[in-house]
Amino acid sequence: MKYKSQKVAYWFFALCMLLFALQIVYGFIMGFARIGMDGLHEFIPFNTARAVHTNLLVVWLLTGFMGAAYYIIPEEAQRELVSVKWAYIQLISLALVGVVAIVGYHFNHWEGRKFLEIPRELDYLVVANVLLFLGIILATLYKGKRRTTTALVLTMGLVFAALLYLPGMIWFDSQVTDSFFRWWVVHLWVEGVWELIMGGILAFLLIKITGIDREIIEKWLYVIVGLTFLSGILGTGHHYYYIGVNKIWLIVGGVFSALEPLAFLAMALFAVYMYRKGGRNHPNKLALFWTIGAAIVSFIGAGLLGFAHTLPQTNIYTHGTLVTAMHGHYAFWGAYAMIVLAIISYSLPNMTGRKRYDHVNGHMAFWFSNIGILGMVVAMGVAGVVQVYLERRLKMDFMVAQEEVKIHFVVMLLCAALFTLGIAMYIYEFIKHGKPTDEALEET
Amino acid sequence: MLSKSQARSFFLGGTVVTFMIFIGLTIYSMAPSNDQSNHENITEGVIRGKHLWETNNCMGCHTLLGEGGYYAPELTKVIDRKGEGMIRAILQSPVPWQPNGRKMVAYGMSDADADAMIEFFKWIGEIDLNGFDRVVSPLAKDRVPRQEED
Repeated sequence: MKYKSQKVAYWFFALCMLLFALQIVYGFIMGFARIGMDGLHEFIPFNTARAVHTNLLVVWLLTGFMGAAYYIIPEEAQRELVSVKWAYIQLISLALVGVVAIVGYHFNHWEGRKFLEIPRELDYLVVANVLLFLGIILATLYKGKRRTTTALVLTMGLVFAALLYLPGMIWFDSQVTDSFFRWWVVHLWVEGVWELIMGGILAFLLIKITGIDREIIEKWLYVIVGLTFLSGILGTGHHYYYIGVNKIWLIVGGVFSALEPLAFLAMALFAVYMYRKGGRNHPNKLALFWTIGAAIVSFIGAGLLGFAHTLPQTNIYTHGTLVTAMHGHYAFWGAYAMIVLAIISYSLPNMTGRKRYDHVNGHMAFWFSNIGILGMVVAMGVAGVVQVYLERRLKMDFMVAQEEVKIHFVVMLLCAALFTLGIAMYIYEFIKHGKPTDEALEET
Repeated sequence: MLSKSQARSFFLGGTVVTFMIFIGLTIYSMAPSNDQSNHENITEGVIRGKHLWETNNCMGCHTLLGEGGYYAPELTKVIDRKGEGMIRAILQSPVPWQPNGRKMVAYGMSDADADAMIEFFKWIGEIDLNGFDRVVSPLAKDRVPRQEED
């Protein structure tokens, strides 16, 4: 038995698709600027394109998490959402705040703090919006028939994410202190509480797809999120090595962030093991691909590539170079983009009644986007290593080194084209699924 | 074999303990005695410079303390490297500054704003960065020991 209010999730996912497509457009603007084709400079200079690109990423992922919560929570709590109307109001207000912020970026209206560019006055609207969202989710859980670990972990992730937004809103006179607390938001989101959200969604999907007993999956979910926090909280120290704070962070950050891959390794092993152990042969193979893919790629992107430059001895050379961009792209893709695409792939046929999961387009979307982004990441990684060597070893001037790495951005753009083709096919499939219906939800 | 309640205790216990340590370390590194940023030197000008840095999203292209957009040069120690005059000229230029064809937004700053930016960069340049300043600014820092040797 499914719940009619789960349909709300569809519209959150539709907004995800739109914002994701726009994010890619701004990515191309930056990629072309890097090879000298910056014809849009007057209207969309690099800093605008970058702020839009990263903020759209954050907003579409959060929209995806919210959609996932609206889909998962009724099923876990075994009741309808407390208010569908307020959920739609929340969606529309979220989209409005996002649009206002992004338009503002084109008119030099922002707060140039990496990833938190949204100006302070809009921050308050974001807070109000998130409170509304949490209110709906918590009330539904409270009134629900059961409280599962999966729902609890997912909700804890969402609540902590909201709380951790607050340190980023405090004003500091010192750039050092500002940066210090900015990482409370950014790091503790992506290497902390967002992993709870990811873990919650992953557990839900594994329960549904593999048919393994909930108790077993949820037990390991606790172990994984435990490992995440154990390493991730003190791992924040890897952002504090060279920004003007005490040397103690070199040791603390070094040791604990070196442990961070363990949580991702556990997640990958867990997902693969559950899949192999699972008895049920779920027909939605696409959702399975995205789910297992997210667990594996997040281990490589967030775990291994993060580890590659997390030790202070390495980071002193790679800090502030394209090596970070390389890691960032594969980590966000594997850990967060793929898990959102996984829950969409799983829930869409259930909501619309169109079982398109064997269609070749969906599989091509998976492979094109994954091969494309892997190529992009390799190109950025090569550019990053060359930059480090030329600039920080051979002491070349920044722009001289940038000229040398230009060719790698041509390669990156070619791979980005393949990635975009994959995502376009994913969006095409999304549209082909049609709109959600009550009948479809009742049937599932 | 691990039970679910043991797994939950591991999660909750680990989270509480590490978070407490994190808070403790934060207090420790924010203590005035451990300050490496010369906090007392933050003047009105530095604060205004920081405000300009943020409202123009300079970090969207440049990096500062190694954080930013990787599209334009690192600006920690930039005054040491390029000199005040050049920085002022770039900030006040009415046309986009474009070394090797890569364009910067033309900010056409007033004298007062350019002064504030320079004051901000000078304050940034004095921060003890645990050795990163030597890597990121070889031109300025490496010259000093060599001159001393002479």
